[in-house]
Amino acid sequence: MSRYSWGLYPEIQAKILNPFDKSKLKDYLLSYQSLIPYGNGRSYGDSALSDNIITSKYFKYFLEFDENNGILKCQSGVLLSDILNFIVPRGWFLEITPGTKLITIGGAIASDVHGKNHHKNGCFSNSIINFNLMLPSGDIVNVKPNDELFKATCGGMGLTGFIIDATIKLKRINSQFIKQRIVISKNLKEAFDAFEKYSNAPYSVAWIDCLADKNNLGRSILFVGDFENDSNLNYNDFSKKINVPFYFPPWTLNKYSVKSFNYIYYFINNMISDISKVHFDKFFYPLDAINNWNRIYGKNGFTQYQFILPKNNSYDGLMEILYEIYKSGLGSFLSVLKLYGKQNQNYLSFPIEGYSLALDFKIEGQLFDLLDKLDQIVVKYSGRVYLTKDVRMKKEIFYSSYDKIDNFLEIKKMIDPKNKLQSLQSRRIGL
Amino acid sequence: MTKFMFIVGANSDIAKETVKYFAKDGFNFIFGVRDTKQLDDFVMDIQIKFRINCKVIEFDITKYETHETIWESIKNEVTDVMVAAGYLPQQKLAEKEWSICFNTINVNFTGAISILNLVANTFEERKKGCIIGISSVAGDRGRKDNYIYGSAKAGFTAYLSGLRNRLYKSNVHVITVKPGPVYTKMTSNLQLSNLFTVNPDKVAKDIYKAYKNKQDILYTPGYWYLIMGIFKLIPEFIYKKMSVK
Repeated sequence: MSRYSWGLYPEIQAKILNPFDKSKLKDYLLSYQSLIPYGNGRSYGDSALSDNIITSKYFKYFLEFDENNGILKCQSGVLLSDILNFIVPRGWFLEITPGTKLITIGGAIASDVHGKNHHKNGCFSNSIINFNLMLPSGDIVNVKPNDELFKATCGGMGLTGFIIDATIKLKRINSQFIKQRIVISKNLKEAFDAFEKYSNAPYSVAWIDCLADKNNLGRSILFVGDFENDSNLNYNDFSKKINVPFYFPPWTLNKYSVKSFNYIYYFINNMISDISKVHFDKFFYPLDAINNWNRIYGKNGFTQYQFILPKNNSYDGLMEILYEIYKSGLGSFLSVLKLYGKQNQNYLSFPIEGYSLALDFKIEGQLFDLLDKLDQIVVKYSGRVYLTKDVRMKKEIFYSSYDKIDNFLEIKKMIDPKNKLQSLQSRRIGL
Repeated sequence: MTKFMFIVGANSDIAKETVKYFAKDGFNFIFGVRDTKQLDDFVMDIQIKFRINCKVIEFDITKYETHETIWESIKNEVTDVMVAAGYLPQQKLAEKEWSICFNTINVNFTGAISILNLVANTFEERKKGCIIGISSVAGDRGRKDNYIYGSAKAGFTAYLSGLRNRLYKSNVHVITVKPGPVYTKMTSNLQLSNLFTVNPDKVAKDIYKAYKNKQDILYTPGYWYLIMGIFKLIPEFIYKKMSVK
């Protein structure tokens, strides 16, 4: 059966396995070679693609809920949106959430996802109390923070086993609304200052115009926010969703249309009042309101290039990269800038302390050459590229940017000596 | 009044999805399954989400001799019944091996009738209740590739139709559900067309609606009503030539 991930590229032929219980799962792990767990297919590239794809479709149940202390145990195929539908009316929220709620708990762990509060609360692994992992041998291990297996599995891209269920801590809220402040910056310097100024705000993220001309390079809109306190928790996710019913023709997004979009977006936000009350769905998950938004990039698909640079190198590195993109003329429709907090102990987690930029590009001729060039700059400034978004990074780049690969490989060799769990990505980058 | 639904074959994917809609409506459940352990996670889930009452009991649809005792022990609580048990064999194997063929008939037809006869008598006397039977579009016309399963379902469909006729005056409602192909454990070995196969959630939603609207026969998705309508009109002398490949 043909399969792809969120970026629609690459599309491969794979055998899809849907184990409906633990014993079936064990059968599959023992009888197949070259397998990878697959959640909701929301990683962008080829990290959940392999010859055999093993889904968490049937692992979709809540197992325990402690309403007083905000502790939830659920199976790995449960979507964050399912959790929110259940917990928000009860006054709880996810401690950590990425920019989409349409991912599974298993995927959140495997990518060790992060969100707008990384600078304060770190990655998803910070909210985990423990999880049960089925190793390639079929044995089930209960994994806790500080275990070697924890450090290898959180951010481990599904290469250490199949997560069966997880117990997570939740965060108390007393409103479904966010008090949002918008701060406009004319250039990158101002944007950095704004991030520093609002570093105490729990949530922050900036949209950045990558096609602004040289004088306005890095102009951006910073969104900061925190939950309101109005006791309004009457949440029902019946928001009308827009659907993109077909692939846009490849010429829809070109240098000029993207540039105009960015220009208009910048000016519209410039006009909105600086403080407003917005729903958390709009604040955290704006794109989830559009079904199949990936189709606007056309049938050839797209990729997101997300990298991070250490704080003291961030300004120089970002300027160099933004200028390189500006020169290439390849437009990024949506670009997101964010200041991150400290690096955690997990071996393959992406975040380090510094600034990260995420850029969406449609797949086209010269793109990968440009990204190779950007990789060089990222490495030069001691940064790294996010595996969850990646579809083309070279092995050398990966090895010269992630510092704990050896620790990971040591565990991997121990629990998976036959290298059963592998993805197109893991083969490409040498994991 | 507290609603209590007894579900036969509660481990079926369609049954599990359907439970969610009824649970939201305040229903409580008795789940009948062959192996009660299979439902542990599922039961935890709906108890957490809906805070309803549910019990799991051992129930094997092909052990007819046990049906009366089991029904006697639960019937006072039960207000509605759904039969969701189903067995889809590989057609070729069912043609060659009697045990497989026999099991297909027993699960899809004989067993369902064994339990529903008891239910019908109770509900008729009580003058209320609803019986939901999950049959299949495969029962509308025999087809080379699945006629053993199809004929058992055809029998079940005819049974439900007669039952509806009989119980109408007793205020007992009978719903015949005829799903097209659905992505479930039962069909996981088949090559299904993406175009005509739906997720169990779609079927579940339709069943709940049919219950609310007191519909008699439910084709789900609805377009199967049209497709099967046309299919049934094809004269047999043409039909028999259609599956020659």
